[in-house]
Amino acid sequence: MGATGLTCRECKAPYGLEARYVCDRCFGPLEVAYELDTTLDVGERRRRIQAGPQNIWRYSDFLPIEAPPGPSARTLSRTGLPAGCTPLIRADRLADRLGLREVWVKNDAANPTHSFKDRVVAVAAARAREMGYDVLACASTGNLANAVAAQAAALGMESYVLIPSDLEEQKVLATGVYGTNLIKVRGTYDDVNRLCTELSGERENWAFVNVNIRPYYAEGSKTLAYEIAEQLGWRVPDTIVCPIASGSLYTKIAKGFEEWLDLGIAEGSAPVMHGAQARGCSPVATAWDDGKDVCRPVKPDTIAKSLAIGNPADGPYALDLARRSGGSIASVDDEEIRAGIRLLAETTGVFTETAGGVTTATLAKLAEEGTIDPDESVVLVITGEGLKTLDAVRDTFASFEIDARLDSFLDEVESVGAAR
Amino acid sequence: MSVKVKIPTQLRSVAGGDAEVDVDGAETVGEALEHLFERHGELRERMLEDGELRRFVNVYLNGEDVRFLDGLATAVPAGAELTILPAVAGG
Repeated sequence: MGATGLTCRECKAPYGLEARYVCDRCFGPLEVAYELDTTLDVGERRRRIQAGPQNIWRYSDFLPIEAPPGPSARTLSRTGLPAGCTPLIRADRLADRLGLREVWVKNDAANPTHSFKDRVVAVAAARAREMGYDVLACASTGNLANAVAAQAAALGMESYVLIPSDLEEQKVLATGVYGTNLIKVRGTYDDVNRLCTELSGERENWAFVNVNIRPYYAEGSKTLAYEIAEQLGWRVPDTIVCPIASGSLYTKIAKGFEEWLDLGIAEGSAPVMHGAQARGCSPVATAWDDGKDVCRPVKPDTIAKSLAIGNPADGPYALDLARRSGGSIASVDDEEIRAGIRLLAETTGVFTETAGGVTTATLAKLAEEGTIDPDESVVLVITGEGLKTLDAVRDTFASFEIDARLDSFLDEVESVGAAR
Repeated sequence: MSVKVKIPTQLRSVAGGDAEVDVDGAETVGEALEHLFERHGELRERMLEDGELRRFVNVYLNGEDVRFLDGLATAVPAGAELTILPAVAGG
């Protein structure tokens, strides 16, 4: 493994590769540190990746696991619930609508449980097993709940999934079906997160994917950057538009590109990173607008429940990244979110959940303002599936109901015009 | 009046191994923490920077983040529970 230890992002204190997420000295977050073999040339590195399986384990050279189920173990690479290798779609009709030249949609709804969370959970579960855990757990806004319950089922691990009690029914049903211990907490995601932080101190044999083994979990998001670069022919796009909840995905996508640029695996320069938040829960966008380095926590009130984190753990790092990459962090309201879902669906055939509506609406706004130059290549990161948030599109379009007779069609449909 | 302060696992080594500490005579969150620091001096530097809570330290009064209240100046009712937790989880 190229990973050598954990390092505090604040005071740089070093730790071993253990189940630890907080610096004992300053309470700062820990991040995985790597020492990659610099004797491999770029061609060799690319060949190792291309010879790997069609899932995130093709990038295991850059992930914090000891025994990567990689190219030399093709059967192992198919155990559990492998994630990744989702489509990168050239979205010319969306680009036309926005007056841009080159727009790509990274459709991460095409993962086993229909969100990018399968990536982070695959890495967290692999590391949890290496460290001897047999229980997986999480605090979730819904997508992570699906991913943890499914991954645990696939690996035969016990799991505990804690969610806010008011989540979308689709996300609740698509979690319970895997036979997890599903706990609905009366409160917001931040309340659930507080409970899980407390609980993780009391249940030392549980691997809370986004608490005590969060440094490993977070690294899984880098695979989105690797895939985008590989799918573009080892090229880094000019601009990324990505949703922000905790800020982990946003910052790790940038880290993935930076690592590959450093190693020469990908060509280009570090992308401009634009972050997208829902207006009803926009602590990072608000701090950005106010020129602050830290976020003030908020109480979420938005239809984008998967982004409803009022106290984002990686907020300060997201602000720093937006600044140094020449990007921005914007927010859109619920009406714009619905319009964003519709825009993506109508122009690309991709039906995304509310988080994807946030991201698409933010892209539209940045294009309209001229913040994104028409000549830039842009990748829109779509993190989840529209079928999980059906309420967001209910009653947003008209349809016809007719008898099964030609007359009925001619009189009631064609005379009125096509259904729109 | 007595306030119960819950110490996270990461800080117990500098709090004599205690998971919970009862402090008396505190009117505010800040005073309750001061009483705690009098007993366990090393905790101060771990939790505070320039007299304010470090940005990755969360303190909850009966489950509510004190940043939503009056921060360290928040009044603590008798029998209240203060929970100290790392802020870097979740997402």
